[in-house]
Amino acid sequence: MTDLTNLTIADARDLLKKGDITSRELTEAHVAAVDAADALNAYVAKTPELAMEMADKADAKIAAGEQKGMTGIPVGIKDLFATKGVHTQACSHILDGFKPEYESTVTQNLWDDGAVMLGKLNMDEFAMGSSNETSFYGPVKNPWRAKGSDKDYVPGGSSGGSVASVAGYCAMGATASDTGGSIRQPAAFTGTFGIKPTYGRCSRYGMVAFASSLDQAGTITRTVRDGAIMLESISGFDKKDSTSVDMPVPNFEAALTGDIRGMKIGIPQEYHLAGMPAEIEALWHQGIEWMKAAGAEVVDINLPHTKYALPTYYIVAPAEASSNLARYDGVRYGLREMVEGGNLVDMYEATRAAGFGDEVKRRIMIGTYVLSAGYYDAYYLKAQKVRQLISHDFNQAFEQVDAILTPTAPSAAFAFGEKSDDPIAMYLNDVFTVPASLAGIPGSSVAAGTDANGLPLGLQVLGRPWDEETVLKVSGVIEEAAGFTAKPEIWWR
Amino acid sequence: MSNYVIQGATGDFEVVIGLEVHAQVTSNAKLFSGASTEFGAEPNAQVSLVDAAMPGMLPTINEECVRQAVRTGLAIGAEINKYSVFDRKNYFYADLPQGYQISQFKHPIVGEGTIVLDLEDGKTKHVGVERIHLEQDAGKSMHDQHPQYTYVDLNRSGVALMEIVSKPDMRSPEEAGAYLTKLRTIVRYIGACDGNMEQGSMRADVNVSVRRPGEGLGTRCEIKNVNSIRFVRQAIEVEARRQVDIIEDGGSIDQETRLFDPVKGETRSMRSKEEAHDYRYFPDPDLLPLEFDDAFIDAARESLPELPDAKKARFMTELGLNDYNASVLVAEGETADFYEAFLAAVVNKTGKKPAEVAAKAANWVLSDLFGALNKAGLTISESPVGAVAGAELLALIEDGTISGRIAKDVFEVMFSTGKSAETIVEEQGLKQVSDTGEIEKIIDAVIAANPNQLAQYRSGKDKLIGFFVGQVMKETGGKANPGLVNQLLKPKLDG
Repeated sequence: MTDLTNLTIADARDLLKKGDITSRELTEAHVAAVDAADALNAYVAKTPELAMEMADKADAKIAAGEQKGMTGIPVGIKDLFATKGVHTQACSHILDGFKPEYESTVTQNLWDDGAVMLGKLNMDEFAMGSSNETSFYGPVKNPWRAKGSDKDYVPGGSSGGSVASVAGYCAMGATASDTGGSIRQPAAFTGTFGIKPTYGRCSRYGMVAFASSLDQAGTITRTVRDGAIMLESISGFDKKDSTSVDMPVPNFEAALTGDIRGMKIGIPQEYHLAGMPAEIEALWHQGIEWMKAAGAEVVDINLPHTKYALPTYYIVAPAEASSNLARYDGVRYGLREMVEGGNLVDMYEATRAAGFGDEVKRRIMIGTYVLSAGYYDAYYLKAQKVRQLISHDFNQAFEQVDAILTPTAPSAAFAFGEKSDDPIAMYLNDVFTVPASLAGIPGSSVAAGTDANGLPLGLQVLGRPWDEETVLKVSGVIEEAAGFTAKPEIWWR
Repeated sequence: MSNYVIQGATGDFEVVIGLEVHAQVTSNAKLFSGASTEFGAEPNAQVSLVDAAMPGMLPTINEECVRQAVRTGLAIGAEINKYSVFDRKNYFYADLPQGYQISQFKHPIVGEGTIVLDLEDGKTKHVGVERIHLEQDAGKSMHDQHPQYTYVDLNRSGVALMEIVSKPDMRSPEEAGAYLTKLRTIVRYIGACDGNMEQGSMRADVNVSVRRPGEGLGTRCEIKNVNSIRFVRQAIEVEARRQVDIIEDGGSIDQETRLFDPVKGETRSMRSKEEAHDYRYFPDPDLLPLEFDDAFIDAARESLPELPDAKKARFMTELGLNDYNASVLVAEGETADFYEAFLAAVVNKTGKKPAEVAAKAANWVLSDLFGALNKAGLTISESPVGAVAGAELLALIEDGTISGRIAKDVFEVMFSTGKSAETIVEEQGLKQVSDTGEIEKIIDAVIAANPNQLAQYRSGKDKLIGFFVGQVMKETGGKANPGLVNQLLKPKLDG
């Protein structure tokens, strides 16, 4: 049955349509693959019974001629999307035992289209991390290993479980979320395709909040086409989220024409970082050549405020997080730690001390600090102004170009523990992804090659607000040109 | 009343008062969730996932609450801000599920306005309103349900409040009381808040400072959550006195938050300035800035009823009511509505012009009807005698069918039985006697029966005419037309 787990969503869709396979068969194969992949630690909760039920419903839909793009397709769900009656903890200890009575809009959209849930996926605690090492459920292992090595690598983060499940053939696609690069960076680390749409394209209703003005749902898949299919399913206006935008959702798959002739592709000069590995520069250069070969015009552009993006992000995101995470107080749900003879404040302190991990605590403290009286203007207010300038940089650039091409991350996947003692080194992983998050524009990471050790590398494509179609189209051209056929050696089964 | 003075040992002080009134917005649903807002439900029966701050839940604005805030702003002649922003006010408490209250900090929905106070001496005073903003209410902590634990009721959590912030323009407890009374009247008129202080629909934070006349503003203390107009007055009195005593003892006032204890009649410290929260306000990223257009404001304006000040002015100029009666009639929307319906019915019944009967109608409502309602413990909306039934009674007086004296008896019967005035007059034969011949006969008999009184009258004690009138009325069982009796009696007595 392993061949079924190798299928792309697009292929499986066609086979389901023809009646060559059923969702039940497809789902059974994936449930088995999930069970066999415990070594990856990608899933924090498995829902095999639910999966089979959903598969049978999907088969009935298909039989009734009601098939949609995602009907019958088994997927994994990042643990921060609320799934009714199923483990939803954003991989934090503080949400111990939490099973919501409600469904997130993103997952509801998938279920409405007939998709099948395999389980909940591991992630950095509250999506705070770039290596999946901050999860209360332990780190996820990258299915990829360096050539001839059995050393474990991080899958990137925060959507580590999402990428590992997809790269490790135990989900055909996965939901993910991106606040500063949490979809794109792990996609690059695992040779998968990740897309973060425009802020407001997908509803945040039922998504455990990290930084509300930045959080955006997206997808991880093995191909660009699969990404287009799945993104279309999760997108759409939702009146339950005031920041979601009432825009029609295009047929994303139809954008994959492969034709980028005459398109202008911008190369931001500020993304040439000093000390960046030569193979990243080389891959970027290769990408430029692919663009030219496909008939696009490559233009050097400037995004002058790029160097302020990371510090700006590390003020705005923790500020919002410090407030968003105030609700985890032990009063209504999740963990509660009582102190013998203690009062309410003692309960708060004990609960939050035990319930949050170090990285989460660090960000709550940073966020509380930058919002405090006397510091607000110097930090938060200034960061908001810089954020405007960064948005303005992109607006200016998109007057000249149709899309922007950059590396996704400044390195390939790294080994466990390599950066976990040094928050700044860890934060630098997001240097290329954070600016687009601050501007709210759509971006993708597409597998484009490997480094000397055989570990995957990704290229990032950024587009105008609401123009996911161009991002997908350019990503498709890179995918085609790169002919990325490398696969991780299956060591985890 | 503006010369309210606190006499200290070293001289006189004046008090400076500003009020922050929290008024619960009348709406079926909460400010950011669909949960019900009805008072008195079982604890935690009216709590949505948003109100309980479940993970991933998001606020969405209730347009009705926005409309009510705009209407309130318009009703006090305030500037309406077409762009306003919701901020998060961050602090931890068990009855604040989100860990922050969604409020408006830098950009409130309503800017400066004015409330005109009606003072006892018939004068008015203008008190400035600084701003009105929308915010969520917190839940309720209940400390008396269990020996060790505090229980939390989230029914109120997320209910929409308007915080109406006055300028420090008031100078006496009476002015503060008059401000609250007037504000309450306005919000009740327009239906933006039920003004029910016992149920907590309106509460006031009272800022009090004292100074010697002519000095700059003193350091203020804020007395939190005072829930009746009477307590507001008392709290100001005792707090001002406390501050004067401290200053006269050579001390200084610490800026702090205090609580009023109505039982002990004192205020006590709740938290000092040093203990004050750093609320870390910042714009709520879950909500877009609140924006609306002129059409929204125009529609809100058109939906406003005639406001109390305008109504009072009209009652005085068009109907000729005196200041006092006009003030009392407009103080409650229901009273004013009743009066206007009553007056219209009287005009209809009698065919007279409104101005001719308006004063009589006002007197009847304020003395006869209110007297009976007060005695029975009923409100105007519960009155057993409606506007049309009352008008019938007044019309009977106007056309001379019954006297004012008899009318009072008829009204009593109406009030207790619900029968119409005409029916009662008919059944009990109470029609006024206006037959000159019949009355003359009775007058002659009365004069003949009281020769001593007649002699005294004729020797100069002309006040005795009252005695003769009384005798005649007694003989006729009160039914004689008093005007006619007077008219006929005098020439006969004078001989």
